[in-house]
Amino acid sequence: MKQLLILSGKGGTGKTTISSAFIKLAGAKVYADCDVDAPNLHLITGWNAEPEKTDYYGLPKAEINPQLCTQCDQCRQNCRFDAISIDEKYKVDPFACEGCGVCTYVCPVGAVTMVSAVAGELMLYSDEKKLFSTAQLKMGSGTSGRLVTEVKKQMKPAAVDAELAIIDGSPGIGCPVIASLSGVDMVLIVAEPSISGISDMERIITTAAKFGTKTAVCINKYDTNMENTTKIEEFCKKQGLPFIGKIPFDLGAVKAINNGQTIVDIDCRSGRAVKEAYHKTMKLLFEEGGG
Amino acid sequence: MKIAIPVDEKTLESNVCPSFGRTPNFLIYDTETKESVFIDNSAAASTGGAGIKAAQTIVDNKANALLTPRCGQNAADVIKAADIKMFKTTFASVKDNIAAFIDGKLPLLDEIHAGFHGRAGN
Amino acid sequence: MPDFMGGPAIKMRIAILSGKGGTGKTLVSVNLAAVAKKSAYIDCDVEEPNGHLFFKPEDVQEEEIFVKIPKVNHELCNGCRKCVDFCKFNALAYINNKLIVFDEVCHSCGGCILVCPEKALTEKEKVIGKVQKGISGEVRIYTGILNTGEATGIPIIKKLLEKDPEVNERALIDCPPGSACIVMESIKDADYCILVAEPTLFGVHNLNMVYELVKLFNRPFGAVLNKCLEEENPAEKFCLEKKIKILGRIPFDNELGRLNSNAEITVNKNEKYRLLFSALLDTVTKEVRHETTTNP
Repeated sequence: MKQLLILSGKGGTGKTTISSAFIKLAGAKVYADCDVDAPNLHLITGWNAEPEKTDYYGLPKAEINPQLCTQCDQCRQNCRFDAISIDEKYKVDPFACEGCGVCTYVCPVGAVTMVSAVAGELMLYSDEKKLFSTAQLKMGSGTSGRLVTEVKKQMKPAAVDAELAIIDGSPGIGCPVIASLSGVDMVLIVAEPSISGISDMERIITTAAKFGTKTAVCINKYDTNMENTTKIEEFCKKQGLPFIGKIPFDLGAVKAINNGQTIVDIDCRSGRAVKEAYHKTMKLLFEEGGG
Repeated sequence: MKIAIPVDEKTLESNVCPSFGRTPNFLIYDTETKESVFIDNSAAASTGGAGIKAAQTIVDNKANALLTPRCGQNAADVIKAADIKMFKTTFASVKDNIAAFIDGKLPLLDEIHAGFHGRAGN
Repeated sequence: MPDFMGGPAIKMRIAILSGKGGTGKTLVSVNLAAVAKKSAYIDCDVEEPNGHLFFKPEDVQEEEIFVKIPKVNHELCNGCRKCVDFCKFNALAYINNKLIVFDEVCHSCGGCILVCPEKALTEKEKVIGKVQKGISGEVRIYTGILNTGEATGIPIIKKLLEKDPEVNERALIDCPPGSACIVMESIKDADYCILVAEPTLFGVHNLNMVYELVKLFNRPFGAVLNKCLEEENPAEKFCLEKKIKILGRIPFDNELGRLNSNAEITVNKNEKYRLLFSALLDTVTKEVRHETTTNP
């Protein structure tokens, strides 16, 4: 099974709009949304059934037992994250607690314990034909590459039959992105023709290069800034990166999305441009050698 | 000598796991006695620094060489500090990789990728 | 036209947030700061700060931000590995009779120093990023920058939001996207939160996230709808349903998009938007005043 990952660096470039179009065009049997902070893909993939949900546990967090607590203040003094406060009773702020365990260690009476904390929820939609893996990180949790890894693991059972898996990646350049990159066959970067968009695109390219993953670039909303679009095209030429297309800004796209449809479900300019980009991407992904 | 390999399942029929830090198990194979020992990788459950913990595990199990498809920077630092040599697996099956290693056909692993840099935290 | 409708100037810290990148947080914070003139713009998006690209601040002073990480005295270390076993972040390894510390994975909790029975571990400082202070016209620009690969930007946010006696004016806080702990740190002490939303299905989903967040932290808030089109706006519907005050609407406009993508401050180049953002600032100011008097 070949895995295609779609990344953007910056948020708001249209990654999910394009991923969903690709998924529709490919009739993909396996796909995933790795943007665990703010997953959006499920909103336009039209699953009617409820997904199978699994709790995702992050690092255990500290909890103070008020019955045993002698209010010696050792925990609060030693907490580097300002997570312990006193308001009649000593309490741990679960959002600030980083799970380091220092308070547990310094407490002279064993009043502090580390308890498992649900940091998010994994969701798996599946029927006889398709499988869609996604997750939602709970508010206040540190962004977790491990949850992304779990999302990708959920796709594994389907690997036997399916030829292609499409993964909607996480924005940014940190740990979750690196976790998304692990093991994929190709990365398609959706770039935005803005100064910050270009800077983020370059950072992602550097990261993907370290993994030795086949990388291609496309531009979304290219007509919002023709000068920057040209800059990106020239950059790709110089770096020898396949440039597989540019998609215009299109109000038709907004309409489609708001109706819970992909941009290839209706007839619109962006949909037509995406179709071309899709075919070029598939050609690159399935060609022998290269990379 | 003892070689360590990240494996999906605890059997010699298993495939090599594509991830080093988060592999569910390691196989420690003794090329002289032909003995296989499978150990759990406790690092798989870590929210961060999995590569480091996994590397510590194979060091503690006295491996002399590591066969793996990829390795992150932090794990590589641990492995190198322990004077363990790293080889790049070229097949999916564990058995094929062991055979290739014994024949001296596996290349050294020298492309180390950036680690996950522990932005997991909470 | 005065920015305040008379009355004493009040100090107010306004946080601008959205569930996702690309919604217009920076557009709103940069332009509100610019139109307020005497104000402070604080960029808390420490992983990818870009407010400074618009302001191009001058007289920039830098201050490095440190965290403490362990340092090993190999003579005193006896290899007991209590530190390795204690560390929840796997930042320590014991190899070939030597303790190795992994700086980037370390969360600076200080635990290993406490558990070491031989006092072999002490602490040293490590730079994780910096805070830049500059000026652009009458706007003070504070930018937080986290070095790539570092575990957390929270120490930088703490420095950025330190109550600075020099900052008497309004402060616009450009928050990181999402709802992770770093966002919580940014809004913790804000007097008011502006939620920026896009008129799409995705936009509503993301708006809901930050809506839950500001409620959890009990911050007064209102919404600004960005990229508004003539069609029905799902974000507007959401605000009406949840009774969220709509502070203003920014239309979808190619001209605005163009200026923004070239890192230009719209209110300085376009009169229509100078009026729009001035009106928005007035609305927010009134809201903050109202909150202050009703919830002292």
